Amino acid sequence: MGKPIIATTSLAGCFGCHMSILDIDDRILKLFELIDFDRSPINDIKHISQRCAVGLVEGGCANEENVVVLQEFRQNCDVLVSVGDCATMGGIPALRNTISLKECLDEAYLNGPTVFNATGKVPDSEDIPLLLNKVYPCHEVVKMDYHLPGCPPPADAIWEALVALLNGKPLELPYELIKYD
Amino acid sequence: MGDKITFTIDGKDIEADAGQTILEAAEAAHMYIPRLCAHPDLQPYGSCRVCTVLVDGRPQSACTQPVAAGAVVESGTDKVTEIRRQIIEMLFVEGNHYCMFCEKSGNCELQALAYRFGITAPRYPYLFPHRDLDATHPDVFIDRNRCVLCGRCVRASRDVDGKNVFQFVGRGPEKRIAFNSEANLAGTNLDVMDKAVDVCPVGAILRKREGFRIPVGRRAYDHVPIGSDIETTAAK
Repeated sequence: MGKPIIATTSLAGCFGCHMSILDIDDRILKLFELIDFDRSPINDIKHISQRCAVGLVEGGCANEENVVVLQEFRQNCDVLVSVGDCATMGGIPALRNTISLKECLDEAYLNGPTVFNATGKVPDSEDIPLLLNKVYPCHEVVKMDYHLPGCPPPADAIWEALVALLNGKPLELPYELIKYD
Repeated sequence: MGDKITFTIDGKDIEADAGQTILEAAEAAHMYIPRLCAHPDLQPYGSCRVCTVLVDGRPQSACTQPVAAGAVVESGTDKVTEIRRQIIEMLFVEGNHYCMFCEKSGNCELQALAYRFGITAPRYPYLFPHRDLDATHPDVFIDRNRCVLCGRCVRASRDVDGKNVFQFVGRGPEKRIAFNSEANLAGTNLDVMDKAVDVCPVGAILRKREGFRIPVGRRAYDHVPIGSDIETTAAK
């Protein structure tokens, strides 16, 4: 039997949670002995190519593409984990949820005090993923099995989670590893 | 003191003074009942329901319910814990609680309750309501995004400060904290040292220029769960 496969992705996040994954320090060498990475920003693989034991998802769903990626992860991962506050509650991108999408786009591309936009139009190329009406936490889009809150989650929380899940155990974090900031 | 009466919490005999609330009697016996709107210096109010206990099978708020001789109270059972957990999760989805940039994070009682209950994400959909903030006062601001409508500021301003600066207006999802002034918080006689500013359990009413003063790792709930002070005195 080969090593368990892990996939990771960053949706509407800042990659801070991926920084926290790297922040497990020299344990990352041990991690590479124990597992292989499939799709991940760490190796720049663009699509999941095989069944994965664990999927780590950073960021919530702010646009169409985020939803497609999240669905790809749900279809191909045995256990899917929300990593960080953006994935569990929308986070900073969700600050726009109390403002209408049109108002956000107008402020960003037309009316903002520092905007220089000669076209006078909001960009609408078909290469740009369509924005959703609001930012959704991952578990409001697909079923998520576990949540690691934190901005970012402590490296120890990510390590504990991986060790538990790769050993087929339920994830139970101690008090000091559940933090929302 | 008045007459002593005896009742049980989770099968343990508790002796209490007649007229005490269940919350006070439990605390005297070093049993922590989670609470949010209750505050030792303020009148009981019973709005948040986090302190819900089952008294002879019926849900009651422990902060307002007086002790009764022979009552059988459930507090630490799975059923009661589940009720409290759901209330805390609802409080999170009903407001806009961005802990990652909140000055109160680490010292917030709502956050601390969620930590104590081991909540990693609420099961309910987030509502992302539109709420206003008011930063007109020179020393204090109110951010209603973080308000849980516990009414502590209302009671503290009325009963301790003698000012009546804060009051509830509106009903249901429209309910919010309003001020006793023509327009804004600056128009009130609120002072930065008022009890009403001090008692907010969340980051809704905060003093300006004090944010992030205490480093991460030294804040109230970084290492020990809320209520530990009540429980550890039990061990001694």
